[in-house]
Amino acid sequence: MVTLDKLAHEMGLTHVCGDTDREICGCYAGDLLSWVMSHAEYGHVWITIMSNINVIAVAGLTEVACVVLAEGVQLDPDAREAAEKQNVCVFTSPLSTYELCTLAGKYINE
Amino acid sequence: MGENIRFHFDVDGDDFSSAGAASVEVKKQLRKLGFSPDVIRRVAIAMYEGEINMVIHADGGTVDVEVGDEDITMILSDRGPGIADVEKAMQEGFSTARDNIRSLGFGAGMGLPNMKKYTDDMKIETALGLGTTVIMKVNV
Repeated sequence: MVTLDKLAHEMGLTHVCGDTDREICGCYAGDLLSWVMSHAEYGHVWITIMSNINVIAVAGLTEVACVVLAEGVQLDPDAREAAEKQNVCVFTSPLSTYELCTLAGKYINE
Repeated sequence: MGENIRFHFDVDGDDFSSAGAASVEVKKQLRKLGFSPDVIRRVAIAMYEGEINMVIHADGGTVDVEVGDEDITMILSDRGPGIADVEKAMQEGFSTARDNIRSLGFGAGMGLPNMKKYTDDMKIETALGLGTTVIMKVNV
């Protein structure tokens, strides 16, 4: 299994906050929060373009390993505060969701 | 376990930033009590969906959680408009949420189906104009 540290480095992600000392076992991409809650799993990388505070709540409840904000989206200030408080790991990237998924797939399946 | 442990929360209406606070707190408490990650995840997600529903549709409400020897019961009560057609509301993809709710990532019509999916038993008591109570149980 790849570690989040290594994966983030390989994918060129920018770290915003939260611990990166986790193992990654999969990836889920989606923006509708109930779908994410229904399908994302513990240890997944969650790729989304949503950046509001509810994203942090969902990440915490599903226990995904991290949230990756695609397309250069930045975390809302109140969401960042919540992420830091709950120790939810967040990254940003200028890449599209598709590009991030293909990259993640390459390293997760290695 | 001896006497059942109970939690009570008030959920503010129209406040998406604090929605989820009750679920996060319950999750923390269940972890302290030593429940399995699967049980904790199911309770937390079902409760969060319920909280969000109360914020979107009912101007808030209350959540009561009771931790028993055999199951965890969540009772979510509101004084909102009630659900006109429960069967329809239970269908995946059916939603009456406004567009501004969708822009926050909600309103996919998956809330009640997720609550059913993650619990072992779910009952909805609703009356138009009076409110809705959802009772969910997760076996431990």
